Amino acid sequence: MIPAPFAYERPTTVDEALQAIAAGGEDVKILAGGQSLIPVMRLRLAAPETVVDLTRVTELRGVREEGDVLVIGAMTTHHDVITDPLIAQHAPLIAEATETVADRQVRHRGTFGGALAHADPAGDLPAVALALDAEFVLAGPNGRRTVGASDFFVDYLTTALEEGELLVEIRVPKLTGSWGVRYEKFNRVAQAWSIVAVAAAVRRENGHIAEARIGLTNMGPTPLRARATEAALAGAAVTAEAIADAARSAAEGTSPSSDLNAQADYREHLAQVLTRRAVSAAAGL
Amino acid sequence: MTSINVRVDGASYSDDVEPRTLLVHYLRETLGKVGTVVGCDTSNCGACTVHLDGEAVKSCTVFAVQADGSEITTIEGIAGGDGALHPVQKAFHEMHGLQCGYCTPGMIMASIDLLKENPSPSETEIREGIEGNLCRCTGYQNIVRAVQQAAGEMSGATGGQA
Ligand SMILES: Cc1cc2nc3c(=O)[nH]c(=O)nc-3n(C[C@H](O)[C@H](O)[C@H](O)COP(=O)(O)OP(=O)(O)OC[C@H]3O[C@@H](n4cnc5c(N)ncnc54)[C@H](O)[C@@H]3O)c2cc1C
Ligand code: FES
Ligand code: FES
Repeated sequence: MIPAPFAYERPTTVDEALQAIAAGGEDVKILAGGQSLIPVMRLRLAAPETVVDLTRVTELRGVREEGDVLVIGAMTTHHDVITDPLIAQHAPLIAEATETVADRQVRHRGTFGGALAHADPAGDLPAVALALDAEFVLAGPNGRRTVGASDFFVDYLTTALEEGELLVEIRVPKLTGSWGVRYEKFNRVAQAWSIVAVAAAVRRENGHIAEARIGLTNMGPTPLRARATEAALAGAAVTAEAIADAARSAAEGTSPSSDLNAQADYREHLAQVLTRRAVSAAAGL
Repeated sequence: MTSINVRVDGASYSDDVEPRTLLVHYLRETLGKVGTVVGCDTSNCGACTVHLDGEAVKSCTVFAVQADGSEITTIEGIAGGDGALHPVQKAFHEMHGLQCGYCTPGMIMASIDLLKENPSPSETEIREGIEGNLCRCTGYQNIVRAVQQAAGEMSGATGGQA
């Protein structure tokens, strides 16, 4: 289908974008890569009055370092994330997860910020951002504010972004020390969304697991951390038994849905299995 | 209406389009480039794949206004000036990489994009490279063979030996 008519704005700076959003009327939609928004508009599930296209806001694109932090512009495409040398060096978990997103055509257009702002529970990048303790910089009519990942994801398709606000950049603390990472995604066919996926980052020290960070995709309306497993792994030996034991609590505190792809109890099972696999791989087993 | 300037398959066009016009509809209905087809309503099938500034995209999931100032290549623009088939087109023909042919324009455009980035892909890399393109007929085997053959021919050509 063809989307309903809308007014089109194409700002070139964040300030112009904020003005266009403010002046756009009741129902304004921000267009990033369009790989979630355009399909929804084609199905007429969204029919915004105004679309503000960020494609020409070049300040929102690219990756830079600021001391211990990697700063990723919201409009950096999935393809650019996968090929970026700074991400490969300091946040390889993001690149690994992004490679599993959709297909090469969609990855050429879709953006890191768009995937996070969309906050689909089956989206792969929110759980990664949560596992890496990323921070979100939001710009609005009253200036900028920074929100931690655990506060950014509020509910199903809902983030801390207020009306009139824009996600500008994502700040990801670099992993320093001997970290290993792994994104384990379970889906059925090519270009499919995760039924469940697990993002793991594990720091080893003196033959033990010093710290583990585990993000869960599609185990509730928002991405979640597997806190019980993380606690069980702190100080644990790097053995298959210790990791399997800890992974058994991976679904604690989650509330997965039942849908066409899987029942909730099957998702709980998947979370345990995928956590064991992801942590084992990240720990170098 | 918004006015756009684009280059498509080597020719320049200036047109007024409604912002809601999808790039694929602009190509087909305004420019008559009906080689690029629409196979779904959900951005899944890849039949509409074209190159936008050198990158494969699904032209049903880009607004024509977003292509303003860009260079677009469609399936109609890849053959040589003398009508000689592009090596990937030739390989799909020779390896029988199609049955009904509906997915073929998109398959070829995605494959060219893959081979540009990875000139000698493994079978798995080919399957992953065309994961955004669905074929309801072939079972993919001959499509993969066609891409393998094209990869061989294209790397042979750049290596200077036939
Ligand atoms: C066939 C297909 C398969 C896919 N498979 C996967 C998959 O396996 N895993 C996965 O994670 N994703 C998948 N996706 C989604 C893809 O990752 C999208 O790129 C992503 O969800 C949205 O990014 P976008 O840049 O295209 O955003 P858009 O579609 O442009 O925007 C999405 C939403 O976010 C809002 N938004 C975007 N940017 C900002 C911003 N800077 N500030 C505030 N709000 C903003 C928009 O208003 C809109 O509501 C798939 C998409 C397709 C079409
Ligand atoms: S028509 Fe574009 S993906 Fe199906
Ligand atoms: S040949 Fe018929 S869809 Fe592929």
